[in-house]
Amino acid sequence: MNQSDFLKVVLPFKDKVFRLAKRLLVSTEEAEDATQELYFKLWRSKEKIADYKNVEAFAMTMTKNYCYDRLKSKQASNLTLVHSNYKEKETSLDKKVEYQDSVNQVHQLIEALPENQKIIIQLRDIEQYDFDEICKMVDMKPTAVRVALSRARKTIREELIKKHNYGVS
Amino acid sequence: MELANIEKLVEKYLNAETSLQEETTLKNYFTGGNVAPHLQEYEYMFNYFATIKDEKFTKTIQLEPKKSKKRNFKWLSVAASIALLFTVFIGKPQYDEYKERKKAEKIYAQVSKGLQLLSNNLKKGEQAVAQLHTYESKVNQVLK
Repeated sequence: MNQSDFLKVVLPFKDKVFRLAKRLLVSTEEAEDATQELYFKLWRSKEKIADYKNVEAFAMTMTKNYCYDRLKSKQASNLTLVHSNYKEKETSLDKKVEYQDSVNQVHQLIEALPENQKIIIQLRDIEQYDFDEICKMVDMKPTAVRVALSRARKTIREELIKKHNYGVS
Repeated sequence: MELANIEKLVEKYLNAETSLQEETTLKNYFTGGNVAPHLQEYEYMFNYFATIKDEKFTKTIQLEPKKSKKRNFKWLSVAASIALLFTVFIGKPQYDEYKERKKAEKIYAQVSKGLQLLSNNLKKGEQAVAQLHTYESKVNQVLK
């Protein structure tokens, strides 16, 4: 497998890798580093890649594992993740700003979900993978994936309703 | 898409029973703008999903890692410590030798000073003896 073949296989999903990394690591810089690191790894194991049927699923699994490692080492070194991707919600009269805030709220709410729900909602609702692929990526049973996804969606919805009502009254 | 149908899909969606196709239907409805007020929270959700998917990885991907500075520094410190060790090992005998030489030179200087003193005094004695000698020869001449 030469370089151009390799790139043809792996480049189409670079954005998905990046977005998953960002979902887990929060900061854009961290996610960029993680993406870069992942492509080093893929390039190093390029001989094996030719044998994989689904390189994309393999890459997503690797991304997930790599991000978990990063998070663990971060916890070990007592670094905290900085949430810098959304604005603090303010009391604004502008309807458009309010709408934007609500969309940002979703980001915060997903941020607050447990890790596996976070990944699954990222893979399903944002990247739109089908259930078989998600099961492979996260190494979980289909029922477990569905339960986690359902829980995540319900949590986000309930929190949104709560926040919205609170804002109105 | 009629509202009743959407409501049914939403119910399925919450239970994670929708297919990808059905989710696309929901997505189209909720990002279309015309959303029933009691389903507004889904509008936020689906709009968020759609916006976040536009985020792209803009940097170029490199396949060969750059030489990291960190590693170089690590090796540098190893090299430095080895160098230090060697200088101590090799330097120690040389330093001892140097110290000994210094000591020897000092002793030599002291000894030569002492000998100089001795020879000076001896010279004085010799002169005296020489005077005595001339005196004695004169006396002998007279006595003859």
